[in-house]
Amino acid sequence: MIVTPLFSAFLIIIMGWFKKSLCYPLMIIALSVSTFSSFANLESVLSHGTLHYHLGNWQPPWGIEYVIDHLNAFVCVIVSGISLLIGISSKRMVEKEFPEKTVYFYCLFILQVTGLLGIVVTGDMFNLYVFLEIASLAGYTLIAIGEDGAPFASFNYMIYGTIGACFYLLGVGYLYIVTGSLNMADLSKILPSFHNSTVVLIAFAFFAVGVAVKMALFPLHVWLPDAYTYAPSSVSSLVAPLTTKVGAYVLIRVMYTVFSPSFSLQVIPAGTLLCWVAAVAVLFGCILALAQTDLKRMLTYVLIAEMGYIALGAGLGNRNGLTGALLHILNDALMMACLFLIIGAITYKGWPRKIDQLTGLHRKMPVTMAAFVISGLSVIGIPPTCGFFSKWYLVLGAIDAKQWVLAAVLLISSLLNAILFFRVIEKAYFKPVPEDSHGGQDKIMAIDEAPLSMLIPVLLLVGGILLLGILSGKIISKVIQFAIPASL
Amino acid sequence: MNKKESLNRVEIIIGKYNYWAYILLMMIGFYAMIGKKNLVKKLIGMNIFQTSIILYFISTGSKKGATIPIVEQVPGEAARAIEAIQYINPVPHVLMLTAIVVMVSTFGVALALLLMIYRKYQTLEEDEILRLRK
Amino acid sequence: MHPLDREAEAVISPFNDVIIQTVCRILIPFIQIYGLYVIAHGHISPGGGFQGGVILGASFILLCLSYDIHETKKRLSQKSTLIFFSLGLIIYSGIGIICLVLGGKYLDYGQLHKILPVNPVEARSMGIFGIEVGVGITVMAVMISIFLDLASEGEQKGELE
Repeated sequence: MIVTPLFSAFLIIIMGWFKKSLCYPLMIIALSVSTFSSFANLESVLSHGTLHYHLGNWQPPWGIEYVIDHLNAFVCVIVSGISLLIGISSKRMVEKEFPEKTVYFYCLFILQVTGLLGIVVTGDMFNLYVFLEIASLAGYTLIAIGEDGAPFASFNYMIYGTIGACFYLLGVGYLYIVTGSLNMADLSKILPSFHNSTVVLIAFAFFAVGVAVKMALFPLHVWLPDAYTYAPSSVSSLVAPLTTKVGAYVLIRVMYTVFSPSFSLQVIPAGTLLCWVAAVAVLFGCILALAQTDLKRMLTYVLIAEMGYIALGAGLGNRNGLTGALLHILNDALMMACLFLIIGAITYKGWPRKIDQLTGLHRKMPVTMAAFVISGLSVIGIPPTCGFFSKWYLVLGAIDAKQWVLAAVLLISSLLNAILFFRVIEKAYFKPVPEDSHGGQDKIMAIDEAPLSMLIPVLLLVGGILLLGILSGKIISKVIQFAIPASL
Repeated sequence: MNKKESLNRVEIIIGKYNYWAYILLMMIGFYAMIGKKNLVKKLIGMNIFQTSIILYFISTGSKKGATIPIVEQVPGEAARAIEAIQYINPVPHVLMLTAIVVMVSTFGVALALLLMIYRKYQTLEEDEILRLRK
Repeated sequence: MHPLDREAEAVISPFNDVIIQTVCRILIPFIQIYGLYVIAHGHISPGGGFQGGVILGASFILLCLSYDIHETKKRLSQKSTLIFFSLGLIIYSGIGIICLVLGGKYLDYGQLHKILPVNPVEARSMGIFGIEVGVGITVMAVMISIFLDLASEGEQKGELE
């Protein structure tokens, strides 16, 4: 499942010599194979329990082990599914923006997916660092191909990202000199005897800061708006939903599996600290998003707020909160992918990205705008979209932990999100079109919709948002319930 | 009692000198990454930062009086039992090999990015680039 | 002319010194043999795929530095760099996938004894050696490619037009 994207990355380069038009189908085939195998993995995990795969047939703890349990399989399905959908839609956008480099783009795209899948699947701490760097490097390069400010934004992202990854490596090193093992399952058995040692505390601190950089949690989020705004549209729709979510997955994995939940929440007040930082992140993201005039930049601030939600759920530490966080990983990935794809479609058709200039869009691209409305409703949290259910669980978790301020923060941020999205919807639907540019209001404007290869993934994602909202109960009872450690 | 405490303090400073060296290097690299305005200097700071981490890892694996972890063997001879305690820990070395590869590739990508920035803005100073972007 | 071109010219065509050129011309094959030694002796002495690949790449960079960059491109064009790069990666992934196909896990070299006439223990060491060779070729190609791109300031066209 990981080998397929890796191998096809090289095949794409070679194929590019002979026939350029073969690259795209090859990429789609590779991504479909990954998606199907990750669904198959989910099925077998649900029926049999955790899967173990020993790389090179060396037994752990000497060898590297890939572990797929419920949490893993869940995130894996999300990553591969969304990358397949975005891969389908990226064809037109790539050909318009940089026609002579399509082969390299596909190769980097697949390498990024390889890295992300590897992070999700591995059960070994150092292997996670390797895959983290693979995904990050592919990300830096992909973002830098964009428009004006892209190389500088990518350089900033690179400096921040390298600091984060190096802190993660330091955390792994500290844990290694204390325990002598790099395997996650092994560490969770050895660590409880070291709860009071300073080294383990510092290792936890390093992990938390390193992963927070990758996740764009509040004080360390500075790289996100620039990097995702200036990236080309196909890249930001791939990278934006997935990289930060995988970072959140790593945080949950480190906090709850490697360091057992009792350590993370009681020995050091990591949960409380994380909650407060996340609450500030949520408010900060929403308020700054209000001040933006560029649609894409506004969405990146909404992304920061969403990551705040997930961190809030992870820090609360009770069952409801963690359920909300995991459900929100799924929902947010869908919503953000959908929103960024819509922006890609809008930009592809030549519309500018300033919110003030979006008037009359609903007549020209009705389907796209309808999808935008539904995704916006999901971000705000209105039933039956899936956003409602994840926020519901988060609020329940906050009330369970008797943190009334956090519940209030969640509700206020929903209100702010509503203001944000309704502002855009009002501009696009209700403002009258200026007369001079279209020569009279009674002429029917031709519907100039986005091409089909971009529309279908958008529609699929929107359908997913609605469908998964209704099926939330089932998802929770089958998958998420087992993903939460039993001692909570 | 005081003499014992001060002896302990001296022991911390001198006995664990490898940790002090790594912290010093890391802080130098960190300062260069954040405090300097030229992009190339930031890049060099990043390199120093990553190198210090490699130094830290390898220094934790060394033992007093132990030799490098390579078993001398005549090819074709049956395997002999070796005492693991005489060799320094090879696992950090292997991990750091991977980390060095990552460091070099990050450096390569960063240099390519710097080329793109230079071609666009004709300068590599951060404040001038920010001014030009407004 | 673009101001960068003039500077690039000054960097790429250096002083054509006889001593440097003669010494480099003699040394480079020895450096390459040393690099191949380092790759091959990876599991008995310090060395291995990555280190040997860097040494091999450094030998080509020495050629670039002492002679003109166009001379080097005559010997190792952009296209052949890409061929090496893909070849090395196919060797690396291919060995892993062959092990997978033969019934073991990915990169489980012990399964190689089904196609090679050696016993499983030696098959492991040969598998490691194969991987080292693949990695070495890839690293060499990457080093050369990075240096050529940076030295010619990105004016090389990708040959996949």
